[in-house]
Amino acid sequence: MAKIKMPKSNPSLDMTPMVDLAFLLVTFFMLTATSRVNEPVVVDTPSSVSDKLLPENVMLISIDEKGRAFYNINNSEVRIGTLDRMGAQYKIQFTDEEKKRFSGMTSIGVPMSQLKEYINMDNDKQALVKSPGIPHDSLDNQLKDWIMFGRIEAATQATQEKAKAEELGRDFKYEPLRFAIKADGKTNYIAVKDIIQIFTDMDIYRFNLITSLEDGSTKE
Amino acid sequence: MAEVNTDSGGGGGKHAKKRAKKSSTKIDMTPMVDLAFLLLTFFVLTSTFSKPKMMEISYPAKPKDKSENMKVNNALTFIMSDDNALYYYYGEFYPEANPAGKPPTKLERTDFSDEGLHKLLLDYNKPTIEAIKKLKDQYERAEIADTTFKRLAIKEQGKKEALTVLVKADDKATYKNVIDLIDELNICNIGKYAVVDMMPQELSLVNAANNK
Repeated sequence: MAKIKMPKSNPSLDMTPMVDLAFLLVTFFMLTATSRVNEPVVVDTPSSVSDKLLPENVMLISIDEKGRAFYNINNSEVRIGTLDRMGAQYKIQFTDEEKKRFSGMTSIGVPMSQLKEYINMDNDKQALVKSPGIPHDSLDNQLKDWIMFGRIEAATQATQEKAKAEELGRDFKYEPLRFAIKADGKTNYIAVKDIIQIFTDMDIYRFNLITSLEDGSTKE
Repeated sequence: MAEVNTDSGGGGGKHAKKRAKKSSTKIDMTPMVDLAFLLLTFFVLTSTFSKPKMMEISYPAKPKDKSENMKVNNALTFIMSDDNALYYYYGEFYPEANPAGKPPTKLERTDFSDEGLHKLLLDYNKPTIEAIKKLKDQYERAEIADTTFKRLAIKEQGKKEALTVLVKADDKATYKNVIDLIDELNICNIGKYAVVDMMPQELSLVNAANNK
């Protein structure tokens, strides 16, 4: 009987397509990833059907469950400028190193008196600190100053950039600073209202309230 | 590990003769693949997919003259309180024994369910919703462009006859309630709404209703 010769196949298989795909995905995720930032506070936002995205140039006030306020500006240049102005206001000197550290930080929720110490902490330690929130009562309204100086700084830098762009003959797209409020669903509305009051006192009436997208279909 | 044959004649792994040390032209890619997948996993897990969504809202500017009372026309007022309570009344507010001689305003109670708030808003805002529906039909039949549809819908919401909603919350209401309510207003095509402060008379009515 003639034996049927089985073709001897190579047991190792060609991984090239898989590797190609893997690298493609790695590249994609690397480029699209905006790494999750360590916020000093967890805010569980209520949901809504709105699907508008948050604009780029934004000043964010987070309010947690207990009504503590946190402040953030996502433009690092504006952050540094704001810190400068706040330092001048509260007579605190910040070194360049501290400014640099501050520009890379996320929301802050400590009063000015503790800010220097907070900036100089290690990242791990910062996460452990229980931020008391930025004071915003009528006696000591630091949040108001933060908002005011942030706004002034953003406007100043926008004007400078515009002048520079005009000098070079480039187009300049002015994106106004938006004000976003991110509050926890369980926060008392009164706490949010206090913050909004600070804004309306400064003639700022338009807000972006951050919500998470409601799942399920929209009701008709 | 990674061995690359420098002379050109490779191949034939199994049947190659033993005397010359002919190694394969293939590189062992396993470590690289391991690393690639490790990175892939890392980025998949750490990347935040969705940017946060937001809801735009404008607060009313402070009136220059406090004594001047806003005239409300076709307005529905919602008042939120403790424990997800939601009260509403229609039209202007009349306290007890008002000079106009109107019966005092009574608060009606409703809730955030589909049967409560959603139905209520649809009922009160019927003309606008129907007008917008008509526009939407036209849009779907491609009679008008989408920008025209949007413009006309906004115009319809801003009409004088359209329902105005005032949103008020007391000290005990949660932020979630306020957002839920505004969200529902957006769903029900109500273009004119404002979050305003409560009047003291209203507060006492709410407190009375809560204690019932």
